[in-house]
Amino acid sequence: MKTSTSIPSEGVSEADPAKRDPVNHEPAVRPGRLQGLRGHLERAGMLLVLALLVIVFAVNQPAFLNIDNLFSILQAVSIVALLGIGVTVTLAAGGFDLSVGSVAASAQMAASYVLIVWHGNAFEAVVACLALGIAAGLFNGFLITRLRVPDQLATLGTLFLLAGLQLIPTGGRSLATGTILPDGTETTGIFSDAFLALGRLRLFDVVPLPVVVLAVLTIVACIVMETTRWGRVIYAIGGNETAARLAGAPTARYRIAAYVASGAIASLGGVLIAARVGRGDVSAGHSMLLDAVAAALVGYAVWGAKRPNVFGTVVGAVFVGVLLNGLTMLNAPYYMQDFIKGVLLVGALAFTFSVGRGTENQA
Amino acid sequence: MGGYDGRSFATSAAWRASSSMTAPVLTVAAVSKRFGPTVALDRVDLSIRAGEVVALMGANGAGKSTLVKILSGVYRPDAGDLLLCRQPFRPASPHDAKQLGIATVHQSIADAVVPTLSIADNLLLDRLCDPASPWRVPPAVRRHAAAPLAARVGLNVDLAAPLASLSLAAQQLVTLARALATRPALLILDEPTASLSAPEAERLFGLIDRLRAEGVAILLVSHRLGDLRRVAERVTIVRDGRIVADLPAPIDFDAAVETMIGRPLRSQAAANVATVATAAAATPAVPFFSVRDLQLTPSSIPFDLDVQRGEIVAIAGPVGGGKSRFARAIFGAGRATSGVMTLDGQPWRPRSPADAIRAGVFLAGEDRWRTSLFPDSVPFASIAGTLSFPFLARWFKYGGLRRARERRAALDAIERFGIRCTGPDDRLNSLSGGNQQKVVLARWHTQPARLLLLDEPFQGVDAGARADIVDTLRRHAQERATLVFVSDLEEAFEIADRVVRFDRATLDRVSQSNFTSHARS
Repeated sequence: MKTSTSIPSEGVSEADPAKRDPVNHEPAVRPGRLQGLRGHLERAGMLLVLALLVIVFAVNQPAFLNIDNLFSILQAVSIVALLGIGVTVTLAAGGFDLSVGSVAASAQMAASYVLIVWHGNAFEAVVACLALGIAAGLFNGFLITRLRVPDQLATLGTLFLLAGLQLIPTGGRSLATGTILPDGTETTGIFSDAFLALGRLRLFDVVPLPVVVLAVLTIVACIVMETTRWGRVIYAIGGNETAARLAGAPTARYRIAAYVASGAIASLGGVLIAARVGRGDVSAGHSMLLDAVAAALVGYAVWGAKRPNVFGTVVGAVFVGVLLNGLTMLNAPYYMQDFIKGVLLVGALAFTFSVGRGTENQA
Repeated sequence: MGGYDGRSFATSAAWRASSSMTAPVLTVAAVSKRFGPTVALDRVDLSIRAGEVVALMGANGAGKSTLVKILSGVYRPDAGDLLLCRQPFRPASPHDAKQLGIATVHQSIADAVVPTLSIADNLLLDRLCDPASPWRVPPAVRRHAAAPLAARVGLNVDLAAPLASLSLAAQQLVTLARALATRPALLILDEPTASLSAPEAERLFGLIDRLRAEGVAILLVSHRLGDLRRVAERVTIVRDGRIVADLPAPIDFDAAVETMIGRPLRSQAAANVATVATAAAATPAVPFFSVRDLQLTPSSIPFDLDVQRGEIVAIAGPVGGGKSRFARAIFGAGRATSGVMTLDGQPWRPRSPADAIRAGVFLAGEDRWRTSLFPDSVPFASIAGTLSFPFLARWFKYGGLRRARERRAALDAIERFGIRCTGPDDRLNSLSGGNQQKVVLARWHTQPARLLLLDEPFQGVDAGARADIVDTLRRHAQERATLVFVSDLEEAFEIADRVVRFDRATLDRVSQSNFTSHARS
């Protein structure tokens, strides 16, 4: 327990609100017309840019607006967006889950192992994946709330742990029917059609199943985070954990829950990867962490939220997908992709943090 | 090492040698300081002689800190003159003030030390941070240079050990040794005993006695009457930016406190007591909330406390005296070492704040932006969202929120507490400090409380808002017991029916009876 450290000097508390809240507050200020316009731009800016991009791509390459192309963009970003939702929930709780990529990668290997080595069915494979994701979340939560390891370091540790762990059962080899295991046996199981359908089926022959999963999870996560008391407590912990605890919130439990949710969602992403690729790929999933984090951070700029939010994260992921797909159609070389993502992320962050400050100073 | 002490050593030491002990070391003449429309200091005069210990007393906002900050080079005065050892004293920065001969030891030890560095490095921190110092000082040389500094304050430890291995009291000696490294003519100690136990404080006083004998002038800022009684030769009292009294030893502390708060001690509390006395006559002998043999820390003295329903008791004591620890122990946010608490005839053993809130025991924490409010990045950092947060589980069992319910509670609170705002959705950081504090207090009136704990409820609140808050609290106090934890005596007497002194994590028996008798007379 900390010793009491009240602040005796006058003037400190008055200065505090301004210092701690570098974000503008419209209700108190009556914005002029210019500032009103500015506020609208701030909220709708990212969406406007997205719309503009779609128009530019559509004009230059009419095939861009092809319904199949649009859904292939969504399918391409669905897993990154899912992982981003997990990252967003942990960011909202004042943490940061860096292990989502590894959780997805190891869940993908776990699904393959259940199917190919243990001859499990699709249901068992999915359950095993979710169990792995929940276990990873509990492990992160344990490190963070019980052993008091800082969030980023704990999840960075889990990242390495899982990335290494998934290589051990197969001796570092990718897993498909016929793979020779380290003990010399040849695997005989197969990816059942039911499991492959998770990644390849199209609802009404149009909407890929991963996109449906993403849509459902986005809606559920938005409702929980924005309209229930559970979401409130999570944001409260992220804003001021002491205040949340002194107001009676079981903060440790909520933080663990945030990591469990993140782990479970990431493992679901792993299932979708395995179902699409059709084998256990040792190199799949790892690159997704940075994309997911970027989506969550770009999400800060969507609708002027300036905070982690699920809707923004999904928009951020779609934004990246549209940009890459459109530029590829316009024959931009593939090696430009990371650079473009970087430009987008830096731009969005600068927008989030500098534009808000600008209006605050004027107010 | 020789060049380091520089001019300060030369001026102050030479000066001390040449002049008699009675000439003033520091003269403050008609110094004024304004911050916008507020006059923080109004033509203040003060002088301190070599070897003299002068205590500076004043309520929060009286101007003590401003004066200390001017002397330590943080602020520049708007008008008036400062003379140090008969030389004009115009420091450009705190560093400059130190070099010229005024060293300050601030209350917060955490802000002054680097726990991961060794003790020797902490002692030499100013020297190591000095751009003119050599780029490389071998550890052995550092330890050698630090040894005399440690010896001066009687710090007898392994200087190579990390600072974090020291007790808080020893860490404070380190900051003191650092301050003395420049051989100051004047040493300012700001609440130096705030986090010390009685024997540790006594050791510090011994050191002060030695420094006094060496001719160092000392300006002591303290609220602890015991400290002042022990070391101060003179008490200077500041109120509303003016020096209102300069009392020589032996010091009449009742008179000092009355001068400090600007009115007799008994008035308000006695008036308050009249209303409760009638109520108390009717109440049974069994107290509503009681504490028996409560020991807050392993080294503190156990104490008892009884509070009646409808009574407001102020737990008054210096910052760092363990008031907040007591409040947290009652609220379930911290543990006492031993002892029993009883609430309304039942044993009271909360395991968490959630437990306490469910049972109607509420705590409005000190420093609202740290313990109660959410930063603006949190979507519901509005009046309504702040008020409803502790009661979400009670109001919305199934998870879904209904804004109408929150708005109703907020509108009610806005009216009851007279919160100045445009509506329940106003963001907290758009409100003034006083109104923010009203929101914090209103939150804990949203549901009926059985025991209400208020830790520094008037922090950063101006006099007008304070009067409003006192009114509202007294109006709602009948159905519950209220404990108010304050460091400011004026505030204590303004709000409470009874004031008890609390220090070193225990009730101060002597002054408790003193103050209680004032209140009852």
